[in-house]
Amino acid sequence: MIDVNVYLGQWPFRRLPHDGAAKLAAKLRGQGVTQAWAGSFEAVLQRDIGGVNARLAAECEEFGEGMFQPFGAINPNLPDWREDVRRCQEDYGMPGIRLHPNYHGYELDAPLFAELLDVARERKLIVQIAVKMEDERTQHPLLRMPPTSLAPLPKLLEARAGLRVVILNGLRNWRAPVVEKLASLGEHVAFEIATLEGVGGVEKLIAHLGVEHVLFGSYSPFFYLESAVLKLKESELGGVQRNAILKKNAARLLAT
Amino acid sequence: MIWDLHCHLSGVTGDTPHERIAKLMRYADRMGVERLVFFMGFPWSKDPAPDDLRRQNDQVLEALEHWRGRALGFVYLSPKHVEASLAELERCVANGPMVGVKLWVADRCADEQIDPIIRRAAQLKALIYQHTWWKAGGNGEGESTPLDLAKLAARHPQTTLICGHTGGDWERGIRAIRSRANVVIGTGGSDPTAGMMEMAVRELGPRRVLYGSDIGGRSFASQIAKVSGADLSPAKKRLIFGENLRRLLTPILQEKGLPL
Repeated sequence: MIDVNVYLGQWPFRRLPHDGAAKLAAKLRGQGVTQAWAGSFEAVLQRDIGGVNARLAAECEEFGEGMFQPFGAINPNLPDWREDVRRCQEDYGMPGIRLHPNYHGYELDAPLFAELLDVARERKLIVQIAVKMEDERTQHPLLRMPPTSLAPLPKLLEARAGLRVVILNGLRNWRAPVVEKLASLGEHVAFEIATLEGVGGVEKLIAHLGVEHVLFGSYSPFFYLESAVLKLKESELGGVQRNAILKKNAARLLAT
Repeated sequence: MIWDLHCHLSGVTGDTPHERIAKLMRYADRMGVERLVFFMGFPWSKDPAPDDLRRQNDQVLEALEHWRGRALGFVYLSPKHVEASLAELERCVANGPMVGVKLWVADRCADEQIDPIIRRAAQLKALIYQHTWWKAGGNGEGESTPLDLAKLAARHPQTTLICGHTGGDWERGIRAIRSRANVVIGTGGSDPTAGMMEMAVRELGPRRVLYGSDIGGRSFASQIAKVSGADLSPAKKRLIFGENLRRLLTPILQEKGLPL
């Protein structure tokens, strides 16, 4: 079972019951997760991204007995961000990067974002894009952050065939045309289910997009891990579909 | 035992309430939800006129027909139409099968115009659910905050009131109603953010916390996970999942001869 959306470090606005690599690893293992793709909460607001990624890599190495695959953060608005990409891949052996465009102050139609996609494609890195971190209605009043609009993304990906992209926390409105448009680009574009809502959501989603685009993601420890686990129980799924969501699709992305 | 405080006839296709509730019950079966409380019909109306209240309550009554005992109903009322709401209370609760009241966003509940509805509902032993949110971007004009509900609770200290959605912004919502012992929280209809249930139990005690989902816009999964995933004892989880709601509904269920 592969969870493509977990975070290490501390969320800036509250302590979470399972924050910290050791506690989270134990929690994940208890639900049958064998591999988790981890970003860092510290990347959301801190500007020393190099330090954040170094700590993330060290934590993933030290804790979890191979549970965590680190996905370093890149902020293309910071000077010399290409060096951060290089370190993620060459120094830490990360399979991909995780972006937080809204918190880092750019839209997906920004030229810097297109440059970042080019670099990721050249380096054959998976790009994870976190659409949002929290329901905008419950955000701290001093730090309100609208979700990232995915509208420019299909055109950018059309011009960068084969670039592997995983959308995180992006399915609250899964019927949005841009979701379907992104899925139509191919199996290398996928979504995880942490923010998917609605009764029987997973079975409806795979009927809409195709199972090959759907990954297991919990957004743990921000969300209760059981939320994503129970979504697979609530929907009526066959064994092949279940295996694709829980493991096969993510493993395919990682191996490509 | 899971009793779900907060269900709607939405999130599934179907032209009739019968068709919709049948589909929803299939998901409830998969998730082990024993009892479900439904309120409001379709399409929704934030500021319903009296005839719309009646129409939506009729839809819920129709949905309950084949699920008597397993599906329970709360009557949808509006403080903007007190006389019509009192009439609906008589029709659907005093003389009908419904066991509670749903108040949404037509007007804020702090205003005293709502009091005749609260008094009559209490006489009927109907459980009262008031939607509340505290939105970072600002509430809708008639949308109550948990502080509005705390004011209402102070005027009716003997009446149990449910703080819907835990105020959305639960870290503030829990604090807003903490000192009002007659207010319990309905935890459905918000993201499954970790720590919510632990804080609620720490600040309110486990007997003031009720599980609800807000299906079909939400999933059973994400809302059940708030309880099953929380760092709480099995006994506390049992209270939240159903024992509290059963306790609060016992007087009216007994009066109506509905199964406990």
